[in-house]
Amino acid sequence: MSPRRRREPQRLQLNPIACEAHGVCIELLPELIAADPWGYPVIAPGPVPQQLLPLAQRAVNVCPTLALLLTRAG
Amino acid sequence: MTVTGAPHAARDPGRPPRIPRLITGSAPVSLAEHLDRYGPPPLRADRPAAGRAVTGLIDEIDRAGLTGRGGAGFPAARKMRAVADAASRGGTFSSVGAVVIANGAESEPASWKDRLLLSRAPHLVLDGVALAAEAVGASRAYLCVHAGPVGPAAGPLRDAIASRDRAGLNRVPVQLAEIPGGYVTSQETALVGFLNGGPARPAFVPPRPAQRGAHRRPTLVQNVETLAHAALIARYGADWFRAAGTAAFPGTALMSVGGAVRRPGVYEAALGTTLASLLQRAGGPAEAPAAVLAGGYFGGWLPLPAAQHIPLSDEALRPAGASLGPGVLVLLPESSCGLAETARAVRYLASQSAGQCGPCSNGLPALAEAMEWIAYGRAGAADGLSWAQQLLRLVSGRGACHLPDGTASMAASALRVFGADLLRHLTRGPCQRVSRAGVLPVPRPPAGAS
Repeated sequence: MSPRRRREPQRLQLNPIACEAHGVCIELLPELIAADPWGYPVIAPGPVPQQLLPLAQRAVNVCPTLALLLTRAG
Repeated sequence: MTVTGAPHAARDPGRPPRIPRLITGSAPVSLAEHLDRYGPPPLRADRPAAGRAVTGLIDEIDRAGLTGRGGAGFPAARKMRAVADAASRGGTFSSVGAVVIANGAESEPASWKDRLLLSRAPHLVLDGVALAAEAVGASRAYLCVHAGPVGPAAGPLRDAIASRDRAGLNRVPVQLAEIPGGYVTSQETALVGFLNGGPARPAFVPPRPAQRGAHRRPTLVQNVETLAHAALIARYGADWFRAAGTAAFPGTALMSVGGAVRRPGVYEAALGTTLASLLQRAGGPAEAPAAVLAGGYFGGWLPLPAAQHIPLSDEALRPAGASLGPGVLVLLPESSCGLAETARAVRYLASQSAGQCGPCSNGLPALAEAMEWIAYGRAGAADGLSWAQQLLRLVSGRGACHLPDGTASMAASALRVFGADLLRHLTRGPCQRVSRAGVLPVPRPPAGAS
């Protein structure tokens, strides 16, 4: 991802079909992702704050089912 | 005689129809009768190459302000333009063209207007398919209906398509596709998945069908009633369409009116017609009314008589916590318990989860249980109420399709509208009315169905 792209506001998006509630993202980014009663991630609405972008990117990268996406906020 | 842009319909398309516009009699309209009344669909005399969109009709539909009549109410022209753009953008599929899906798979248990329309006026729908195919640059089309007893009779629809093939009216091949039963199988990504050889289950978007749908091509999915309106707009124009309805929500809609009315049936009404006047057309209440479910199982309850003068269009219904949806009204009599009715409907909707998304497959059965606890539980079930309210927040917006959101919206409206009943149930236990036979239709899925 180019540094210019980084500066654009981005948001976390979940593919709920792919998600299997492994919970890795919840461990990595509790600031923005909480667990529901069944262990599935609940993502805070709105763009990802700048200082959390590296962690968000990491959460996206390590999701075992590739269910978490970082997309341009629109 | 190829005059670019000139419609080949030389014949005068006759007097513009008044209301009812779509279903005008009690017998199916044959192709001969249809052509006699309306003339052939105004397709272009020169056949555009596949992938070449002809957007004149889209502009006219845009001016008409036609919105989807399948439930979501999305502007029809915007959807068509997205497909036309994607189809003509070039790239691998530019020469093969887009796909049109006419969605007649009517999953809403309280709605039967699409089945009635397909059985009475199939050629109005199929005209709409041909015109939409030309407008978006499609090279093939499907008419999707539910298979078996829950769908319309497939034989007459096949005959209608074949008669148009013989008359040369199908510019692109139209194929009847029978979709398995179920509430979410007619969701547009589920239809696309089924036509691509997979199960009829909702998919994650993007990509939207307009970008990549059936056969991985740009795909227009439009409700059959929407296409029938489009066929009339193509002939009589946007101003004619707008002569009925409100400025923001023009035109008419087919409404399935059921429950405790004297004459349940499908009625075509101008958008903005008041609830009371439509109920009157359905013979009025058969017994003292308590509430009406507007918009079907993704809609909401409205209290009666308080809401009787509400205009039937999304601009009035949505702020009131309901919606027009696919045009559904179910009248609940005072002798029925709205909480028990809602609990039964929520249990049914929970059974319709495709089981793909955790918050839906876990949350909807939990919500059904909480609603049953409220409706049938012993006094002091206040925990059920706070659990239900928590679940409403937890499931909303967290599925690939709108099953969890729609279910939550209806359940939330019940807790609001039946507030007095709710208090009585929580303090004194279930009322006498919970054992009454259900007013809301809740299908029992056949054994083995998913």
